[in-house]
Amino acid sequence: MKLTSDQVKHTAKLAKLPLTEEQIEVYAEQISRILDYIDQLNKVGTEGVEPTFNVTGSFNVMKKDEVTKNLTQDAALQNASSKNNHFFVTKGVFENE
Amino acid sequence: MNDITGLTLIETLKALEEKKFSSEELNKAYLERIEKINPRLNIFLEIKKNPQNMPAAIKDIICTQNIRTTAGSKILSNFVPPYSATVIDRLKEKGIGIIGKTNLDEFAMGSSGENSAYGPTKNPWNETKVPGGSSSGSAAAVAADLCTFALGTDTGGSIRQPASLCGVVGLKPSYGRVPRYGAIAMASSLDQIGPITKSVADARLVLEWISGPDGKDSNCVDPASCKVTPCAARGCLAGVRVGVPREYFGKGLDKGVEKVIREAIKKLEELGAEIVEVSLPHTEYAVAAYYIIMSSEVSSNMAKFDGIRFGSGREDFGPEVKRRIMLGTFALSTGYYDDYFAKAAEVRTLIKQDFEKAFEKCEVIVGPVSPTVAWNLGEKIEDPLTMYLSDVYTIPASLAGIPGLSVPCGFSDGLPVGLQILGKYLDEETILNIGEIYEQSTDWHNKKPDLGKEA
Repeated sequence: MKLTSDQVKHTAKLAKLPLTEEQIEVYAEQISRILDYIDQLNKVGTEGVEPTFNVTGSFNVMKKDEVTKNLTQDAALQNASSKNNHFFVTKGVFENE
Repeated sequence: MNDITGLTLIETLKALEEKKFSSEELNKAYLERIEKINPRLNIFLEIKKNPQNMPAAIKDIICTQNIRTTAGSKILSNFVPPYSATVIDRLKEKGIGIIGKTNLDEFAMGSSGENSAYGPTKNPWNETKVPGGSSSGSAAAVAADLCTFALGTDTGGSIRQPASLCGVVGLKPSYGRVPRYGAIAMASSLDQIGPITKSVADARLVLEWISGPDGKDSNCVDPASCKVTPCAARGCLAGVRVGVPREYFGKGLDKGVEKVIREAIKKLEELGAEIVEVSLPHTEYAVAAYYIIMSSEVSSNMAKFDGIRFGSGREDFGPEVKRRIMLGTFALSTGYYDDYFAKAAEVRTLIKQDFEKAFEKCEVIVGPVSPTVAWNLGEKIEDPLTMYLSDVYTIPASLAGIPGLSVPCGFSDGLPVGLQILGKYLDEETILNIGEIYEQSTDWHNKKPDLGKEA
């Protein structure tokens, strides 16, 4: 399948990836080629075949609701690019981009 | 003191116990060798100043408390983990120290080591060749005798393939055998941590050390099924049925590699094994299914890199990471989910069933790890699809979750070739035993790369 540059731009927006115009052109071409290769999956008959998402078959594994040893606040914040008063600083959610 | 660094892990443990040398002398010998060789091969991203205990090399995607962990990415160039991965804590309990963190393809995405933001690692056997990937530095470190053993991670072949291309032993455990807490996730339904070692017996020992649930990886399976007993009957494979899949010897397999693999199979037969032909009919679809499933999981796992809690901004991802995030995001987006992700997950079931059927006729399946020996640096980097196809023999076992071992089995064009031994789910015991019997009846594991006078 051939991806248009509009589809690539839309996908980049969903993935929050800042791409240059040049990268968009390159990815449109490369991902189209990869999708052409992946299209061969349509040759495989899978009617009635259950999908495998996880080979262990685990599903909603629960654990006890117990307090365990955790990182200190300082340790949890040590890699943050911006912090204020023991909190992470983030961009405003409701501000325009 | 060069012979210290030539010893296997088990030989080193024995020598320390017999006080043939001290732990200080051991670390000094390795550190001196690293100082000489690392600048040429670019294996380590971080070298410990005063290493202690048993010197192991750790793939730089496994978090090490207070030691910078970059995942080979610019985005984590300043990341210092506040905690260690479970496997690191377990090794520490066994007296293992970290001598350095090894180079890799960025976030383990690649088959050549060239996708690192910190420059490619070179193959110790030939510095113009790639070492394979993504555990490029870990495999090269073991091959160049820069550590007693290394840890890598394998999602679609990232332990087995570089082990094969560097002529060392690499084990991808069954999915769920080793807890992944603290290993930076790439594709969560596929990722496994495993050892890269100088002998099969070393791989067995390291697997024992790191296996079993930790309560922090809910896919990790019950410890009762994690016992590995070393083989009792040495040198004999009587009664063992070895399956050879015809699909692993088709178009794309290099003639020189095929010859070496056929000779290794002949050796297994001489040792008493019964060779049976098996079929894995959906092999040709494995790479396509894998690239959809893996990329989709990558796009989800990479979402956490927001530049807020750790790391820099998303513009700092390298080209291959961006490509996979884009492919995965597209495959999961509205209108395409059924065509791509759901379809790939169904094909995955068929691939898993292929193995289940084949294992009715044999205990292990053998074949090549890689269709070629190590290729030239730069050769495939502009062509992602060709690079993906180099994992054609390792990907099916990853999708099925079964264990796979790469054992050195000869050379083609002066470069190492690895024999892949695949086993039933959670049956590492059998592949390790067969691998060890093969290894001990051949001389390939004693071959070392010539790193020149200065080494």
